[in-house]
This record gives sequence, structure tokens and C-alpha cells, in this order.
Amino acid sequence: MPNYLKVTPEIIAELEKAAPGRVVTGADVNPDYSKDEMPIYGVRMPDVSIDAQSTEEVSAIMKICYEHDIPVTTRGAGTGLVGGCTPICGGVVICTMRMNRILSYDLENFAVTVQPGVLLQQLAEDALKHGCMYPPDPGEKMATLGGNVATNAGGMRAVKYGCTRDYVRAMTVVLPNGEITRFGGTVSKTSSGYSLVNLMIGSEGTLGIITELTLKLIPAPQATVSLMAPFEDLAACISVVPKFFMKHYQPQALEFFEKEILVSSEQYLGKQVFPRKIEGTDIGAYLLITFDGNSMEELDPIVESASEMLLEEGALDVLVADTPPKLKDIWAARSSFLEGIEEQTKLLDECDVVVPVNKIAPYVEFVDEAKKNYDFEVKYFGHAGDGNLHIYECSTDMDREEFKKQVREFLDSIYRKTMEFGGQISGEHGIGLGKVHYLEEAAGSVNMGLMLGIKKVFDPKLILNPGKVCMKL
Amino acid sequence: MNILVCVKQVPDTNEIKIDPDTNTLIRDGVPSIVNPFDGYALEAAARIKDNAPDTKIVVLSMGPQQAETALCECLAIAADKAYLVTDRAFGGSDTLATSYILSKAIEKVEELENEKFDAVFCGKQAIDGDTAQVGPELAEHLGYPQVTCALEVKSEADGLHVYREAEDGKEVIGVKTPCLITFTKPSFDPRFPTIKRKIAARKAKIAQLTAAELTSIDPAHAGLKGSPTKVKRTYVPPRKEAGVVVKEETVEASAHKLFDLLSKAHVI
Ligand SMILES: Cc1cc2nc3c(=O)[nH]c(=O)nc-3n(C[C@H](O)[C@H](O)[C@H](O)COP(=O)(O)OP(=O)(O)OC[C@H]3O[C@@H](n4cnc5c(N)ncnc54)[C@H](O)[C@@H]3O)c2cc1C
Ligand SMILES: Cc1cc2nc3c(=O)[nH]c(=O)nc-3n(C[C@H](O)[C@H](O)[C@H](O)COP(=O)(O)OP(=O)(O)OC[C@H]3O[C@@H](n4cnc5c(N)ncnc54)[C@H](O)[C@@H]3O)c2cc1C
Repeated sequence: MPNYLKVTPEIIAELEKAAPGRVVTGADVNPDYSKDEMPIYGVRMPDVSIDAQSTEEVSAIMKICYEHDIPVTTRGAGTGLVGGCTPICGGVVICTMRMNRILSYDLENFAVTVQPGVLLQQLAEDALKHGCMYPPDPGEKMATLGGNVATNAGGMRAVKYGCTRDYVRAMTVVLPNGEITRFGGTVSKTSSGYSLVNLMIGSEGTLGIITELTLKLIPAPQATVSLMAPFEDLAACISVVPKFFMKHYQPQALEFFEKEILVSSEQYLGKQVFPRKIEGTDIGAYLLITFDGNSMEELDPIVESASEMLLEEGALDVLVADTPPKLKDIWAARSSFLEGIEEQTKLLDECDVVVPVNKIAPYVEFVDEAKKNYDFEVKYFGHAGDGNLHIYECSTDMDREEFKKQVREFLDSIYRKTMEFGGQISGEHGIGLGKVHYLEEAAGSVNMGLMLGIKKVFDPKLILNPGKVCMKL
Repeated sequence: MNILVCVKQVPDTNEIKIDPDTNTLIRDGVPSIVNPFDGYALEAAARIKDNAPDTKIVVLSMGPQQAETALCECLAIAADKAYLVTDRAFGGSDTLATSYILSKAIEKVEELENEKFDAVFCGKQAIDGDTAQVGPELAEHLGYPQVTCALEVKSEADGLHVYREAEDGKEVIGVKTPCLITFTKPSFDPRFPTIKRKIAARKAKIAQLTAAELTSIDPAHAGLKGSPTKVKRTYVPPRKEAGVVVKEETVEASAHKLFDLLSKAHVI
């Protein structure tokens, strides 16, 4: 670990000059800044926090920290699930939440330029007013776009539209030494040297600080229909997933989940939306599918054909949501899975593996078998359409250290299976602090070495977000 | 049992916009939905049908041609048959004229279906007009007993048992058929349409009733001319702040808390 220096009163005075009135120290720092949504990976208060307001200000702060060897961690909304914005070495936290302005639209090129602290929900709603859609749709709508880009967030619509990466055109970045640079451009293709913009996407705040983003939009689809297909059990539910691709249905979203997780989410929301029984048969699992297009007329035949296929493949029925209130209800329940779990559990860990779509069924079978050896509960759901599973380990009564030990063993075994199936250890949440040793195992020493080498080119003093992704402490 | 459900197509209030100059609803580009309270009425009928499958549910709406989509949605959810009352002569009806036309339309539907309805279900109110008058007025025109603000209805040997929202809890009222019941928001949502019903509804032909068929309607009581209500001004009512519920561990603690709150507000 590099030899970081302490934040002295002199340094604080310098920082105060860079960001007047917004340098917060010691016990006055917001305790939220010590963690994200996954405190299980570690919690630490920073010595200083600064709610930055501009690129120039971030640059000035970085120059000071670079000169004095102070570790710096960038934080968006802190909704990350891998301890990415946890300032595990202390030092300075730069929060981007105040850089929350949508700067301009370029509707001829379907692009929008924003500050990094704009929330996903804010952009989604605003873009609609301009007749546009910002396709990435991760579950947490209160995350910042800077955080979304830094983690290459995925979400429900990834199956049709891809992840955040596919919607980043250009960005302004402050490097660890305070230099300001710009990557990418407002064009739809490029073959102009190494793609620095793509290196930044998914780099989890370890290479530079994003202070402005130009994102791609698409014309908003005019019609949306969701289908809910209940199944007697999960196996039947998952096995239909590949058929959606073989038949070219192009769903916008394709999610699966078991009844238990739905029940806790509906309890959290205080409202039952999904049926539990169809004609006397208990439902075990659900598939939720959304189609979008230019008109209902265009969607009707697709919906009908997909429904027929679902019924043939054992769906107990197919229920349709095509009115604004029903669409809202159906997706509200799906979006609250994590909150539902969090409310019912004290110790929580998760993993976010991705496997080839045709391997979901055997993978889930493996997980079901593996979990029997442990004392914690395992709940999972997933973006079925892209083979991405969120597997939660939950306990309310286990000893914390014992929980961590058992989870480690469990994750080791299921990650090994992931690799065996040709998968990846994170589909969209990232590596952060919590998954470094698993990445090390999965990526191997050659690839880890390449990553660390890249890190050192951007950040020779290793001051930016230490302890994350490829940098072990 | 035969149930008729009255449904009105309304703009989705989630997206309601008011024209600041005229203070009226802007309807252009706002999606239309089935009045949510009518959705609850339909769900109540569907729940009766769940227990008594020979129940017949007919939906009736008055409005412009586009109200057909609302009726289609009801067919997809639970209705067996749908009727649309539509005619320029009926446009501009106030609640009195609307309920009068609906009462005559119900008689006509009974004649066409060759069956009487045991119950007429309405929403408590339409979320756009918001008067909550049509249901009670319709009951008067039909000469039926009425129960308002129902949450749920059970069909029993001695008539309908209506679970009703009251000031301080629920009350159950028994009512003989034929009757009219208006529904408010229960704790459950209306069911989702199934794909089979959806496809059938899309292909269904919705029967239309115009002034030509509804010969028993006296034109002097229908449409704009037949409406005694004169609208002087419309405005958006000020938003009522949510009340504060004081609920401490003990009655005493609650009283103290209330005292604190009232003192702070300088009320006492
Ligand atoms: C209920 C819930 C549901 C979720 N659903 C999904 C989902 O469906 N798909 C998905 O992908 N994720 C999901 N997430 C995870 C999380 O929302 C995303 O990882 C999100 O992108 C994090 O954004 P944030 O603003 O909260 O970032 P933070 O948590 O603050 O930071 C995340 C990482 O990004 C870095 N970072 C933040 N801002 C910048 C910047 N301006 N420049 C450089 N680096 C920066 C941080 O250093 C950190 O490493 C979910 C989380 C929750 C709580
Ligand atoms: C051609 C045409 C155009 C019309 N255009 C409009 C318009 O632009 N705006 C408008 O508000 N009304 C319109 N109407 C309908 C009619 O004028 C209103 O429905 C009526 O005034 C209801 O008042 P309210 O909204 O206060 O209902 P409320 O008394 O609040 O409604 C209570 C319940 O009565 C029932 N009900 C009310 N109205 C109807 C209906 N029309 N059909 C079936 N059941 C009903 C429902 O169950 C409802 O929940 C139109 C009618 C016609 C024929």
C-alpha cells in the first residue's frame, strides 16, 4: 500500500480555498459518506468531504491531494452494491451530487450533456419531455449518471438496448494529478486510437473523476406492453428464456423471480399486485416481459405470439399490463426487491454473476444445491434476458464473522461454477471493494497485471479510490 | 346474478395538466384510462363471479366513440358484454342528464339482453368530474335502494352484503336486489387481464346505443340543453395538507405529544 499522508490543517486550508464553504471535516462529515448500500465490505469515515460544484473545482482539489499524497474517493449517490465509494483509506471524499444540472440537448444528434450528479430518474423524465428515451434502466433510479457510467450499470432494459456503456458518447475527466481532459466525441463511430472513453466506463472511480457526460438518447417508443407469466416452478420459468431470442421477439425487459422474493417486496410496498394462484394452482415463479415499439398495432402480433409460446411452454396463464397504472404497479413491485430484502434482514451480501442465457437453469440448480450447506438464507432474482443473476445471502441471527466466513466459502464455490460456465463475476454492479479477491482469481495474474498497469498510467501515486477493482491493499 | 357496471373514460390524472389561463383540464395528448373507481366496481363484480361463475357482467359507458377502448379494457378484465351510449345529442350532459340517459340505457340493455339486472355498480366518483353525483342520481331514476362507498360486496341468500367505508371503520349493510352500489378504493387492485380475454376483447364488437335506439329518452332532459347545471367557473381546489396522526405508546403519551404539537403551532 502506498504511503498516504495525513490531512493536516494546512491542507484543509488549501482545500477551503479550492471549494470555499464546502469543506467538511471530522465529526461534521455526513456518516453516509463512510459507505454505500453494502456496509458488509467495510465502513470508514473520510477525514474530509467536499460537495464539488464544477470541473475546475474538482481539478483544484485533485492538484492539492496529488501533491500531498492524500487518497481521494469519488462518490455519487452511494447506491453502489460493492463498496465502490467507500473511502477505505480515509482521506477526501468528493461527492458529485451538487453537480446536478442537465446542460443541453442536441436533438438532431440525439445527445444530451449532463453533469455527473444528475440522477437517472431526473434524466429519464426530462428526456421524455423531449420525446426521447435514455435506455439504461438500472433498478435504483436515484443513482447518479456519473455512478452509472463508472459502474457500467445495466438494468432491466439491457436485454434489448444494452448497458450504460452503449450510451456514453463523450466525457470530461479530471485525472488524479488534477489535469482536465476530454474523451470521446458526439459521433456514432470512432476508430481513433485506444478508446479512453471506454476505459473510463466501468472503471469505478479508479482512473479519473468524470465531471461532465455526453450521453446518447433514442426516440421514445410510443407503445409499451408488459406480460406477466406465472409458472408452477422456477425450472419451467427459466427454461423458456432462450426461446425469446430464438424467436426474435426482442423483449425490452425479461426478468424472472420466485414467489418468496415477490412477497417480501409486496410487503415492503404494502400492496399485493401479483396473483399467487391461478385456477387453484400455486404459483412458484414469475417471468416478467416488456415489449416496446411504435404502436400497439405493431406490438399486438408479437404479444400474441409470445403469449402462445409461453402457454405452450407451461405458463399457467399470461396476464397483460398495457395501461399506465398497471405498468406502474407491475414494475414497482419488481423494482423494490432489494428494499424488500433489506427490510427483512440484518446481514446482507450479494453477488451479481452473469452466465450464458442457456446456462441459467443449470446454474440456479447448482446454487440451490450449494446453499443447503450454509446457515444463511439465499434469495435470488435476475435479468433473465442477459443471464445476469442477483444472488443475495441474508441472515438476521448469525454472528457477523461467521456469516462472512460462510458467505466467502459459498461465493467461492458459486463463482467457480460461473467461470466453468463461461460467465463473469459481475454483470453490472462492479468489483469495488467487496469483490477484489474474487476478480483476482477469475481474471488471473496476467489480466490483473494489465489492469494494474493501466491504473498506474492514470494514477501513478495510486491516490484515486485505493483498494478497489484491481488494487489490493 | 346479473350485474351492470357503469364506467367512464377519464384522462390519466397522473399526467393531468391544467391550462393556467382557462383553469380547465388539458386533455390533448393525455392518455385515457378507465376511471379507477369504476375499475374497483368491476373487480367487485368479478369477485362475485369468481364464486358464482354463472354471473353475467355487462359494462355500460356513455361518451365519445373513443370510450370504446375503455370498454374493451373492461371486457379484457372481466366483463362479458359491453355497451356504449354515444350521440352528439347527449354531449355536454351534466350529471342529472347523464344519470337520466344511463337509466334509460339500462332499461334498453335489459330489453336487448332479455334479462333484468340484480345490481348496478358505479364508481364513487369520476376522477375528472369528481362530483360523485351520477351513482346516487342513477339510483333515484331507477327507483333502486343505494349503498355508497363500498369496498367489497358478497352475494348472500338474503341479498347483497356490502362492506362499506365509514368514518371510524368498516360497516356492513345488507341490501335487497335490485340495488345500486358505488365503490371506493379497497385494499386490493383490480386483476390483470389475461391474454386470452385480451385477444377476445380486441375482436369483440361493442354494441352502440344512439338516440335513435334510445327512443324513450326525452331530448328536453338530455345533452347540453337538457342540463340544468350552469358551470360558472372551474378551478383546481387547493391541495389539502395531510393530517398528522398522533399515535404514541400510551394514551397519556399521545395526549402529551398532541399538547406539544398544538403549543408549538400556537393553537393553545
Ligand atoms: C435498490 C437498488 C437497485 C439497484 N439496481 C441496479 C441495477 O439494476 N443495475 C445496476 O447496474 N446497478 C444497480 N444498483 C447498483 C447501483 O445503483 C449502481 O451501481 C449505480 O450505478 C451507482 O451509482 P451511484 O451514483 O449511487 O454511485 P456510488 O455508489 O456513489 O459510486 C459507485 C462507484 O462509482 C464511482 N463514481 C461515482 N461517481 C463518479 C464520477 N463522477 N466519476 C468517477 N467515478 C465515480 C465511485 O467511486 C464508486 O466506485 C442498484 C442499487 C440499489 C440500491
Ligand atoms: C359525446 C359525449 C361527450 C362527453 N364528453 C365529456 C367530457 O369531455 N368530459 C366529461 O367529464 N364528460 C363527458 N361526457 C360524459 C358526461 O357528461 C359525464 O360523464 C357526466 O357529467 C359525469 O359527471 P362526473 O364526471 O362528475 O361523474 P361522477 O358523478 O363523479 O361519477 C360517478 C360514477 O358514475 C358513473 N358514470 C359517470 N359518468 C358516466 C358515463 N359517462 N358513463 C358511464 N358511467 C358514468 C361511473 O361509474 C362513475 O364512477 C360526454 C358524454 C357524451 C355522450
